[in-house]
Amino acid sequence: MYFRMLWRAAVLRKGQAAAALAAVIVAAAAATAMLNLYVDVQTKLRKEFRKFGANIVVQARTGETLAPDAVQKIASTVGSRGLAVPFAYAVARTDKDQPIVVAGTDFAAARQLNPWWSVSAWPKSGDEALVGVRAATLLRQDSGAPFTLTFQGRRLNLSQAGTVHTGAGEDSRVYVSLQTFRAWTGIDPSVIEISASGSSQDIAATIRDLHDALPSADVRAVRQVTEGEANILGKTRSTLLWSSAFIVSIASLCVLATLMGWVFDRRRDFAIMKALGASDRLIAAFVSGEAAILGLTGGGIGFAAGFGIAEWIGRVNFHAPVAVRLNVLPAILIGCLAITLVATLLPLRLLRAIQPAMILRGE
Amino acid sequence: MFVRLVYESFRRQTRRKLLVAIAVTLGATVSTAMIGIATGIGDKISRELRTYGANLVVTPEEDTLDVQIGSVNLKPSGTGAYLDEAALPKIKGIFWRNNITAFAPELPVNVQVGREQITLLGTYFSKPLQFGRDTFTTGAEKAFPWWKVQGAWPTDDSDDVLVGEKLAANLRTSPGSNISIDGSPHRVSGILSTGGTEDEQVVAPLSLAQSLAGKPGAVRKIFVSAVTKPEDAFARRNPDSLNPADRDRWYCSPYPQSIAYQLREAIPHSHAEQIRQVAQNEGSILSRIKGIILLITLAALLTSGLAVSAAMATAMFERRTEVGLMKALGAGYFPLSMIYFTEALLLAVTGGVFGFFLGTLLARELGRAIFGSQIAVAPVLLPVIIGLAVAVTFAGSALAIRRAVKFDPVLALRGEA
Repeated sequence: MYFRMLWRAAVLRKGQAAAALAAVIVAAAAATAMLNLYVDVQTKLRKEFRKFGANIVVQARTGETLAPDAVQKIASTVGSRGLAVPFAYAVARTDKDQPIVVAGTDFAAARQLNPWWSVSAWPKSGDEALVGVRAATLLRQDSGAPFTLTFQGRRLNLSQAGTVHTGAGEDSRVYVSLQTFRAWTGIDPSVIEISASGSSQDIAATIRDLHDALPSADVRAVRQVTEGEANILGKTRSTLLWSSAFIVSIASLCVLATLMGWVFDRRRDFAIMKALGASDRLIAAFVSGEAAILGLTGGGIGFAAGFGIAEWIGRVNFHAPVAVRLNVLPAILIGCLAITLVATLLPLRLLRAIQPAMILRGE
Repeated sequence: MFVRLVYESFRRQTRRKLLVAIAVTLGATVSTAMIGIATGIGDKISRELRTYGANLVVTPEEDTLDVQIGSVNLKPSGTGAYLDEAALPKIKGIFWRNNITAFAPELPVNVQVGREQITLLGTYFSKPLQFGRDTFTTGAEKAFPWWKVQGAWPTDDSDDVLVGEKLAANLRTSPGSNISIDGSPHRVSGILSTGGTEDEQVVAPLSLAQSLAGKPGAVRKIFVSAVTKPEDAFARRNPDSLNPADRDRWYCSPYPQSIAYQLREAIPHSHAEQIRQVAQNEGSILSRIKGIILLITLAALLTSGLAVSAAMATAMFERRTEVGLMKALGAGYFPLSMIYFTEALLLAVTGGVFGFFLGTLLARELGRAIFGSQIAVAPVLLPVIIGLAVAVTFAGSALAIRRAVKFDPVLALRGEA
C-alpha cells in the first residue's frame, strides 16, 4: 500500500516530480564537480608546478663529489616519485686561457627537468656541446664550429650543437654529456637535482628517504620553489573552497524552493489523508519516504553527472584524466538526503497547524 | 487598475513575494561575488606569484661571464664590468613602476673568512631609497621572501653580516658573535637560511661589500621582481621593428620583455632580461588558475539562474487559481502576462540591486581574507546583474504562466489543477 501510494504520487504528478528530481540532480552534480575540483586541485596544477624545476637538491660537501654509485642509489630511492638529474662541474680554460665552467649532465633528463631552458639545438653525439649564450659570445663560435677546452693539461675537442638561454647561471657554462665529462676530467657529479611530485608531506618523506640512502650528502628542499608552490596552492584552494560553498548553497536553495512548492501544492492530498484518519506522524513518514527516495536517486544520478562534468573539465582545462573518487559519494548522498528531508518536512510542520477542512474548502 | 492589481498582489502576498525576493537576492549575491572573483583573481594570483622571487635580472652591458660553481665565485675580484649603484632608484621611475614589487642589487666579493676563501654577497636588506618625491624601501627581505633569518637582519648602513647556515655550522658561529673577514672582525647579526647557494656564503650590506672589493658605487647584478603579463607572440617581437601604434601598445603592456626594455632605459650601460625559470612558468600557472575560476564562475551563474527560475516557477505555479479566476472574469493572455511579468520585474530589480551590494561586500571581504587585499567589483556590473536577474525571473515565470493560462478556468477554480 505504502509503495503503491509513493509510486502513484510520482506518476500522477509527473511534471512536478520531474522538476523536483531535476533540482536534486543539479544540486548533486554541482556539489560533486566542485568537491572533485577542490580535492584534486593540487594534482591538476602539479604539471604546472613541476615546470619550475628541481624542488630537492642533493649536494656533496663543499669541494667533494658524490660517491660514484650515488646517482643509481638516488634514482632507485626516488623511483616514480620524481626525476633525478646529476650535474658535474669543473673549471676549464679556453684557447685564449679564459676560465669557463664546464658541466656534465644527462641531456634527456635535464631537458625534462628544466623546460624553461631555451635551447636552439640539443647535442646528439658525445663530442657535441650545449653552450650558454654568454659563453658562446665569449668563444665567438657559430653552431657546428669546433673549439677546444683544456682541463689540467687534458684537451677536449668539442663542436657547438646549439645554445642555451635561461637568464641565470646556465648562460655562462658549456654543457657536455656526463660520459664525455667523466672521461675527460675524471670528476664525478657533485649535485643531483630532483623534481619530486606530491604534497609537502610527500616531499618531506622523499627528503628523509634520500637522507637515509646517502647519509654523507646534504639533502635539502629548494625553498624558493616549495614555498612559492605552497603559497599559490593554499590561496587557490581557499578561493575554490569559498566558490564551492557559494555554488552548493545556491543549488540547495534551488532544491528547497522546488520541493517546498511541491509539498505545498499537494496539501489537498494530505488534507484528505488526514480526514481519512491518518495521523500527522504517518503523513510525515510518507513524505519522508518520498523525500528519501528523491534524495537518493537524485543524489546518485547527480553524482554520475557531476563526475562527468569534472571529467570534461579535466580534459578541457588540464588534459589530465580525473580519478573517480567513490569516497565522495556517501557525503553527496547524505547531503541530498538532508536537504530533501528538510525541504519536505518544513512545509509539513506548517501545514500541520491548519485544519483539513480549511484546506479541502480551498483556502 | 493594472497598478492596483500589482500593488495589491505585493501587499497581500508578502510572504510569498518575500521568498522569491530572497531567492533573487541570493542568486544576485552569488553571481556578483563570483564575477568579482573571476575578474580579480588574475591580478591577485599575479601578485602571489612574486613569492617565487625575481623574474628579471639587470646586468652590465659588457658581456661578462660568470665563473661560479655552486656558492663559490671563481672570477677574480675586480675584473669584469659593473653597474652604477646611483642608478638604482631610477627603477621606480619607469612606466611600469607600480608593477615593480621589489628589487635587490648583488655584488659578489671573494674574501678570507678565518682560514677559508668564501664568497661574500653585498645587497640591500631593507634600504630606503628616494626617487623624485617618492620614498620607498626595497631589498632582499622583499625580493626573496623565502630567505629566513635566525637572529636579526643587518641594517644597510652597518658593518654587520649574515652568515649562511651551512657556513655557520662549519665555523661554529651564532648570532651575536664575531667573524673575521679579510682580517677585520664583523658582528654576525643573524644566520641566513635560504635553501640555495647563499647558505654557504656571507651576505653583507652593499656598502661593506663595495669597500671590501675596493669598488665604491659598484653593483654586479640587480634582481627585479615585477608583476608581469604572460608573454605571447606579440610580446616576443622586437619593439624597434613595430610601427608607432603597435610599439606604444607593446610598451604599455607589462610583458617581461617590455619591463626589461624599460629597465634598460633607466639604468645606463645595462642589459636586462627575464629569469626564465620564474618568468616563463608563472604565465602557465596563472592561465590554469584563471581557467579553473572561469569555469567555476560559469557554473555558479548557471546554478544561480536555475535556482532563481525554480523559485519563481514554484511561486507562480501556486497562484494558478488566481489565473483561473482572472481568466474566468475575461482577462486575455496578454494583460494577464503583463501583470505577472511586472511583478517579476519589480522583484528582479530590487533583488538584483540588493544582491549586487551584498555580493560586492562578499567579494571584498573574501579578497581581504584570502589575499590580504580587497577584490573590487566594477560598478558597470550592476546593470548586467539586474539584466540577468530580470531575464532569469522572466524565464522562470514565463513557463509557469503559460502552463497556468492554458488550464481550464473551471478546473482551476475548483482546485483540481
